Amino acid sequence: MTDTPLFTYTLRLADNALVLGHRLSEWCGHAPMLEEDLALANMALDCIGQARNFYTYAGEIEGKGRTEDDLAYLRDCDGFRNILLVERPRGDFAFTILRQFFYAAFMHPYFERLSASKDERLASIAAKAVKEMAYHLRHSAEWVIRLGDGTEESAARLAEALVDLWPFTGEMFEVDETERALIEAGVAVDPAALRPLWLETVDRVFADALLARPQDGWMQTGGRRGEHSEHLGHLLADLQFMQRAYPGSTW
Amino acid sequence: MAEIIHLREPVDERLTRARIAAASVVDPEVPVLTIEDLGVLRDVQFTGDTVEVVITPTYSGCPAMDMIALQVDLALEKAGFAHRKVTLSLSPAWTTDWMSEAGKEKLRAYGIAPPVGRAKGRGALFGVDEIACPHCGSEETERVSEFGSTACKALWRCRACREPFDYFKCI
Repeated sequence: MTDTPLFTYTLRLADNALVLGHRLSEWCGHAPMLEEDLALANMALDCIGQARNFYTYAGEIEGKGRTEDDLAYLRDCDGFRNILLVERPRGDFAFTILRQFFYAAFMHPYFERLSASKDERLASIAAKAVKEMAYHLRHSAEWVIRLGDGTEESAARLAEALVDLWPFTGEMFEVDETERALIEAGVAVDPAALRPLWLETVDRVFADALLARPQDGWMQTGGRRGEHSEHLGHLLADLQFMQRAYPGSTW
Repeated sequence: MAEIIHLREPVDERLTRARIAAASVVDPEVPVLTIEDLGVLRDVQFTGDTVEVVITPTYSGCPAMDMIALQVDLALEKAGFAHRKVTLSLSPAWTTDWMSEAGKEKLRAYGIAPPVGRAKGRGALFGVDEIACPHCGSEETERVSEFGSTACKALWRCRACREPFDYFKCI
């Protein structure tokens, strides 16, 4: 039996949140200053909390008894449905902050709309998450400005991060057959419709950050279909090690 | 409804006792506040002889929720309820508007600045806050970090008495 669209849709939301949450958590103990260590760990916690809510629901939709833990720990790369943007290695602080800004500038209005979904469960998870993403957006935007309009080195690093990240932003706005029907039914959010708003946010912050938005060119794609970069495998090796080495272990 | 008739205790007294037990549980991170002060305790109800307590998380990833659920269960057991259920509800989403005035006062006395104003969408999130120092009361304060020791708090500093303090974010 193939997965239902609602299961796949919910899983995509969960995987984005988990993989990004894991990337943020890698900074714990390594951030450039204590305040940022706390901030990144807090944002990681928000993402992982959102992931747990979506996974639990996905497991219920599927109806095969899989729990949030089964879905997070016992699937391999090709089972994951996250966008490629979130699995990129954490890079330096500028890279992490710019990715968070791109993601939050997209997910904040996304969750705002999803909280009006006809699916009550998705709506309630989104209503919670939208408040968290508002903080992620404000925090990351402030840092993008500070780095871009900062020292020669911080501006150079941010500019470099932009070149790396831009080709991964297109996938956020993709719509496929799986989601089309859900969007029409008022269950899912149409991501393509959010692009003008996202660009407006990006342009506003980039103006203060003295950063030029790149021309749109080739955009990477595939994660939402389970086609991933090698980086996800390394991330999962870290994330899933305990459950793979000691199946069913608890603490 | 047959099982209720067989119970010795009147239904409303039983509910009051369960509510008092559940409301006595304190937040593990901010032990001066009960879950009732916080607005985390949403409902207490009976189905037959099973008591159900509904709680809501402050943040999606709040790690204190498991602890709170466990403590609610223990408090109910101690109060003599044999059949218990603790349910997590996400909707409607928790807001600092549900925090009681008494709770805000307790927070301040504990050294944490309580949430200022009311959470009304983006205005509360992006507006400029004037936060009074919980130690000396001065409004000469500045934000050090958007994120503090827990997800629900931000880190601030008082320019008058020089003390750093936590601010309970308004969401």
